[in-house]
Amino acid sequence: MKDTVTINEKELIAREKLNNPSFARTIWREIIHDKMAIISLILLIIILGTAYLSPLFIDQVALKRVNFLNVWKPPSAANWLGTDDGGRDVFGQLMIGARNSFTIGIAVTVIAGVIGLSYGLISGFYGGHVDNVMMRFLEFMMVLPTTMFIIVMVTIIPNYNVVSFILIMSVFLWLGKARLIRSRALQERELDYINASKTLGTPSWKIMLFEMFPNLSSLVIVNMTLTLAGNIGIETGLTFLGYGLPAGTPSLGTLVAFARNPDIVQNKWWSWLPAALLILVMMLCINFVGQAIKRASDARQRLA
Amino acid sequence: MLKFILRRTLIMIPQLILLSLVIFMLAKAMPGDAVTGAFMGNPDATPEQIEKIREKFGLNDPWYVQYGRWLGKAVKGDLGQSYTHQQPVTTLIAGRVENTVLLSLFTGIVIYLIAIPLGIIAGRWTDSWADKLIVTYNYVAFATPLFVFALLMLFVFAFVLGWFPYGGSVDIRIESGTWDYVVSRAKHLFLPVMSGAIIATVGTIQYLRNDIIDQKNKEYVKTARAKGVPEGRVYTRHILRNSLLPIAAFLGYEITGLISGSVFIETIFSYQGLGQLFIQSINLRDFTVVTALVLISGTAVVIGTMLSDIILSIVDPRIRIE
Repeated sequence: MKDTVTINEKELIAREKLNNPSFARTIWREIIHDKMAIISLILLIIILGTAYLSPLFIDQVALKRVNFLNVWKPPSAANWLGTDDGGRDVFGQLMIGARNSFTIGIAVTVIAGVIGLSYGLISGFYGGHVDNVMMRFLEFMMVLPTTMFIIVMVTIIPNYNVVSFILIMSVFLWLGKARLIRSRALQERELDYINASKTLGTPSWKIMLFEMFPNLSSLVIVNMTLTLAGNIGIETGLTFLGYGLPAGTPSLGTLVAFARNPDIVQNKWWSWLPAALLILVMMLCINFVGQAIKRASDARQRLA
Repeated sequence: MLKFILRRTLIMIPQLILLSLVIFMLAKAMPGDAVTGAFMGNPDATPEQIEKIREKFGLNDPWYVQYGRWLGKAVKGDLGQSYTHQQPVTTLIAGRVENTVLLSLFTGIVIYLIAIPLGIIAGRWTDSWADKLIVTYNYVAFATPLFVFALLMLFVFAFVLGWFPYGGSVDIRIESGTWDYVVSRAKHLFLPVMSGAIIATVGTIQYLRNDIIDQKNKEYVKTARAKGVPEGRVYTRHILRNSLLPIAAFLGYEITGLISGSVFIETIFSYQGLGQLFIQSINLRDFTVVTALVLISGTAVVIGTMLSDIILSIVDPRIRIE
């Protein structure tokens, strides 16, 4: 008799888990049901795995060494993707560049995410005048020509380095997130659990951080995956123009920047084309996975 | 209605003032001012002389006096002097503005030429193979960075296939006003316009598709069908009239994208416009030109957004309540 009860209990828990899977499980289920998403995920893991493990195989000091006897060599067995204007191996730079671009993309996404989330939560939680003032400021920031502002800031900031670049980018990239979070927080603050907490005297920051935030977290995850690809695009784009990463830091944008010279575009395609295609493939993969996560967060759209 | 337009226009004023203030502070933070420009390459200048000049240019005044003077001049169209080009910034910009306006105008037109039919097809025949194709195009275009796409277009169509010129805005030695001139300009515009438009259609297609799907099952559409209106006319007469109107307003919001896009597009296709001038001036540290361009772009975005909001509020009264 006792045994059957325990079995039933286990079964019940199992059934409960199956019917109400965690967000991570739902995402996983959504990804394996979407052919594009699963292919993208595998491809992404391969690309990033190679890029992040590449320092183990690639001698980074040798990679930076200029060798004038080896300038602009087309692809060969020694240099899989040929060499650049300094005789440096393009494939090695591609791997290190992919790693740097992705890391910076993540850093910007996280920093911009934290700023946007805090701004949106505060604005939405307090509502009223606070919200009004904060939204007017946000609207103003949104009409600034972002690309131009980032470029100007990059040129006038003294002691410019990777960290300052990440910060400058983050300053302009939290706006959309803040607006999204704010509109959801405005709905959330009307709900009973928030009112109950307020009545109990829970400090506002605790309500925002431990009660509101968990309920908005799926929204944040979805938004962050989708903006990650965009942020990598912005970083490589600015580096391409010459206003992103400081010289000497390999990035996919640095390699694509070779294409600013028509002769190189046409005759030395191996220096820039692989980097351009890698950016494209990485962004597509991140987006396809992101779309699956987005569907997972919205029960009406799920495929699984 | 009038009240909304008035209020929306009034919001623009503090936005423009704040914008000019931010740009003024940015300009102050840029190295060099009128004096460095005047004394460039003159090592004989004594500190007293420099001080005199500073006084003359009003650089020792408090910041708000300087700001007022700067703004007053800017409003009158005096944006200062370019040091590298040795001419007024306004003249310099006027020479380039035509090219950028032409580029943005055609990009805008092509965006609608692509987006409207595709949006309608995807919205009307949801889940058909055509819809799936369009949705995939939308996904891919959303994920593709503009500069990568523009470079690939340049590589394939200008270098590998050789169908289009790879740079400039017109062939040299062609007299303006002739037919050849028009053809040459069109050829130079084609790749930049297509690159920008193909990537920028995403928002419009998605909006149109979703809106048509929304409208499809509304009561008024069912009534029309019940009255025996043919399916084709249900779309042209009833649904599209509602779905297409807001699209017109999006161009104002697109301006932000077109401006930042022009920086990339004009650099990649070495097209002589404002975006290219911006990058050149930044490279040469010609900050008077940079400040002027940021000010003009910012103002264009503020006005564009306002126009969009107003058009949208006329088309869709629900927005006015906000």
